[in-house]
Amino acid sequence: MHPVTAAQAAPPTTVESALLSFRDVSLTLSGRRILEDISLELRPREFVCVVGSSGCGKTTLLRLMAGLVLPTSGEVRYRNQIVRQPASDIALIFQDYSKALLPWRTAAGNVALALEAIGSPKAERAARISELLQKVGLAQHAAHYPSQLSGGMQQRLQIARCLAQDPTVLLMDEPFGALDAMTRQVLQDELLRITASGNTGVLFVTHDLEEALYLGDRVLALRPNPGRVAEIFDVHLPRPRDQLVTREAGEFLRLRRALFDFIQETGH
Amino acid sequence: MKWQGLVLPVGAAMLAEGCARAFGIQSDSLASPSQILGAAWGLLRDGALFAMLGQTLLAAFGGLLIGGGAGVVMALVLGLSPTISKLLRLPIEGLRPIPSIAILPVFLMVFGFGYRLEIASVSFACFWPSLIIGQAAISGIEPRLLEVSRVLGLGPWGRVTKIVIPAALPRLFVAFRLAAAVALIVAVTVEIALNPQGMGYELMSAQSSLRPEVMFAILLYIGITGWSVNAALLLAQRRLFGRAGGMHVGMHGGVAGEPP
Repeated sequence: MHPVTAAQAAPPTTVESALLSFRDVSLTLSGRRILEDISLELRPREFVCVVGSSGCGKTTLLRLMAGLVLPTSGEVRYRNQIVRQPASDIALIFQDYSKALLPWRTAAGNVALALEAIGSPKAERAARISELLQKVGLAQHAAHYPSQLSGGMQQRLQIARCLAQDPTVLLMDEPFGALDAMTRQVLQDELLRITASGNTGVLFVTHDLEEALYLGDRVLALRPNPGRVAEIFDVHLPRPRDQLVTREAGEFLRLRRALFDFIQETGH
Repeated sequence: MKWQGLVLPVGAAMLAEGCARAFGIQSDSLASPSQILGAAWGLLRDGALFAMLGQTLLAAFGGLLIGGGAGVVMALVLGLSPTISKLLRLPIEGLRPIPSIAILPVFLMVFGFGYRLEIASVSFACFWPSLIIGQAAISGIEPRLLEVSRVLGLGPWGRVTKIVIPAALPRLFVAFRLAAAVALIVAVTVEIALNPQGMGYELMSAQSSLRPEVMFAILLYIGITGWSVNAALLLAQRRLFGRAGGMHVGMHGGVAGEPP
């Protein structure tokens, strides 16, 4: 229940059940230390949120996990194998959904791209695409182009495309940061519904502390310059969560206070 | 609104016609508009126009496809492989400044007179704009899309065919359109300079046989051809790419000439 310090919380051994693990990972880009000695792990079906002031390397952390960037020192392991390149069952959802979608393909076509990449049989694609679009509530928009969809719908589409990869790990980089408050809450609940039924571990980067507490099993707080894991908050709130009940729970408010205090301290 | 654009050209033609009739010009270098139109009609009626137009367009489009296509392929290769890009930087920078006309004697020696000479010259000229704009098109691709292709696990071939080419296509088409204008210019120039076929050659023989009305009629047809090719490609560009392609029209349109 109590916040645990980084030193205690990060046993750098490979726990058998860990899906994705970092061991003493540091990253230096063009002479600048971005991340230092990060150790953490993500277990199957776990929902971990990452918070921290801007510039503390949250996004870089995700890019390391996705295999888009390789660490300067330390190890990133996925299913106990060292990550050297992107894996087809690790999906990454970008914040700038409008840039991440192919504007010349319809909604169905964008989902198809992921299926083409993993080489799924042509005959099965149509059914899988409509199932995925159904799942994110875009069944009516299969033939629409991204430019014809609202921001919330475009982000749903990107989520559908990532789910097409049948991911074991879903990495999300401030996915709802550019959406209005109402849409954000709806998508938060949809994300929880989708991930509750699957086997997917989620690593969710956000700058919204309440969002992190509402969604996560654990919240990882980073300290900037260079980015380090400062604290890990365990969130023992019952699931399924509810926008009103959960956010009014005493435990939620207590964690919210602790997290805000922490960010206040490190933000300066 | 369109008729206003015609006021000056038609007015000038009528003025020229008026002057020619009033002063009774007899000249080896000038012709009245009515004589020119008469000659133009003659070329159209006896089919001479289609023969020379066919020769010029065949050479221009043949060269455009070969040179423009090679330029785009080269742009893709250079855009995707930093190593090849480094190796070829010097040769490209060395060859590019050579005016396509300066290479004519070499091509004449290799190919002799005829289509091959003309198509080779047009190809050489079209290769460069297509390469340069093609490179800009490829470096202008949204980097996020390339990351998406990596995260999804697309192979190199899938990346080129499903991401790079479709993303660069609107700008590659602009490259094609500008290269088409170059193709026509170079084809006619090669015909004027030495190749005995097509509109450029007929233009020169009309001039040397002191038939200014035929010369001006051919010039008129060359202008109409250039205008039509550009207008057709602009239309295709708008149809194919809508506003995405249209954005670049204003930027480069002046080079090839805008339709009214």
